[in-house]
Amino acid sequence: MAPQLENSIATRAGADPMLPALYCIERLRHETDDTFTIELAPANGSSEFHFLSGQFNMIYVFGVGEVPISISSDPQNSKTFQHTTRVVGAVTRGMGHLKKGDTVGVRGPYGTHWPVEEAEGRDVIIVTGGIGLAPLRPALYHLMANREKYHKIVLLYGARTPEDILYRRELERWRSKFDLEIQVTVDRGTRGWRGNVGVVTTMIGRSPFDPSNAIAMACGPEVMMRFAVMEFERRGLSSDSIYLSMERNMKCAIGFCGHCQYGPAFICKEGPVFRFDRIEPIFGKAEI
Amino acid sequence: MIQTLEGIVSEHPFFKGLDERYIKLVAGCAKNVRFDEGQIVFREGDAADQFYFIREGLVAVELMIPQRGFTTLQTVGEGDVLGWSWLMPPYRWRFGARTLQPTRALAFDGKCLRNKCEEDHDLGYELLKRFTFVVTERLEATRLQLLDLYGAPA
Repeated sequence: MAPQLENSIATRAGADPMLPALYCIERLRHETDDTFTIELAPANGSSEFHFLSGQFNMIYVFGVGEVPISISSDPQNSKTFQHTTRVVGAVTRGMGHLKKGDTVGVRGPYGTHWPVEEAEGRDVIIVTGGIGLAPLRPALYHLMANREKYHKIVLLYGARTPEDILYRRELERWRSKFDLEIQVTVDRGTRGWRGNVGVVTTMIGRSPFDPSNAIAMACGPEVMMRFAVMEFERRGLSSDSIYLSMERNMKCAIGFCGHCQYGPAFICKEGPVFRFDRIEPIFGKAEI
Repeated sequence: MIQTLEGIVSEHPFFKGLDERYIKLVAGCAKNVRFDEGQIVFREGDAADQFYFIREGLVAVELMIPQRGFTTLQTVGEGDVLGWSWLMPPYRWRFGARTLQPTRALAFDGKCLRNKCEEDHDLGYELLKRFTFVVTERLEATRLQLLDLYGAPA
């Protein structure tokens, strides 16, 4: 299991891990019709925020409630950090109405991280769909910043329509570097779209990576990940080379409340990033 | 080095494990083709007398929807098979295909292959097994597309 970062809320905000720290909205950017990114900085202006790719924070919109959201920015930047989310309920709707200078409560960072160290010297295949690109974006920043440590890097990204593609400019910039293979596909093409149309998992079969020396990371709807795992295995990837980010209803984020129990694990503590062989027996089971 | 059609066919994953004599038969029905960007590969409703292995490029499988125009249902690229209407009566394309990029492909004469399969049912079985796999994959993918997985949760 990937280790947790020592810099937890307990060390940043005293002994109470349930106590949020105050952060200011630096920027709010609409990514697509129903997704947006907020950039946060410490309200006291002094302390730094360190996290590892794949970790999440609990974001408290005052007077509305608290939700877990993955961190989506560059882990090298300790001054500010970002969260990209879709409007799915009262809290994210409230968050979307915040303005520069408004404050939110933040607990975190929590959870396990993407295996960027284990991937050194290997090919990296990343498969993601929809908003699932956001938790993988910090890993992509890390891979790009340390490009010489990795062999091939392949990103396969599926979106609903061309208008729903997240971080479009960034993807175009990364693709133009020629040392990263990026394939984007949409479920429904619209007029003027001249790229791939189809399910993202069908691109795994023809992706240029060496299954005997590759590590796979996937994040997206669980059904998408089930089919991704099947394709990884068909290509010959072993289950200890596949990492998935799982999602359940997280509340306390520190393994107390049990809301996010996933078989023998709490996703907030032992996840959200799991090595596949550790969850293989329960993965895709309707009862879990 | 120039690769023979037999060499290209035998190396394609679709024909993996196929007996050498069948590779020769299949290659005998194949030819290399090229399409420019935006070129029609086949039209919906036309006689389906060929199918294709895409060697390079990108092809949109599309359907003409009145008042909406041509709508892309799926794209196929390098390593993919394009077309199976040649296998089943009435041997007419159910959808159209148009290139989105300059495309190189192997085109197989469906009529020629159908005749060879009628003459040798073992070859027919081997080909049907392989096409069933492709059709199953496409069906699975279509079901996932129908789920609208990335849409807002219910």
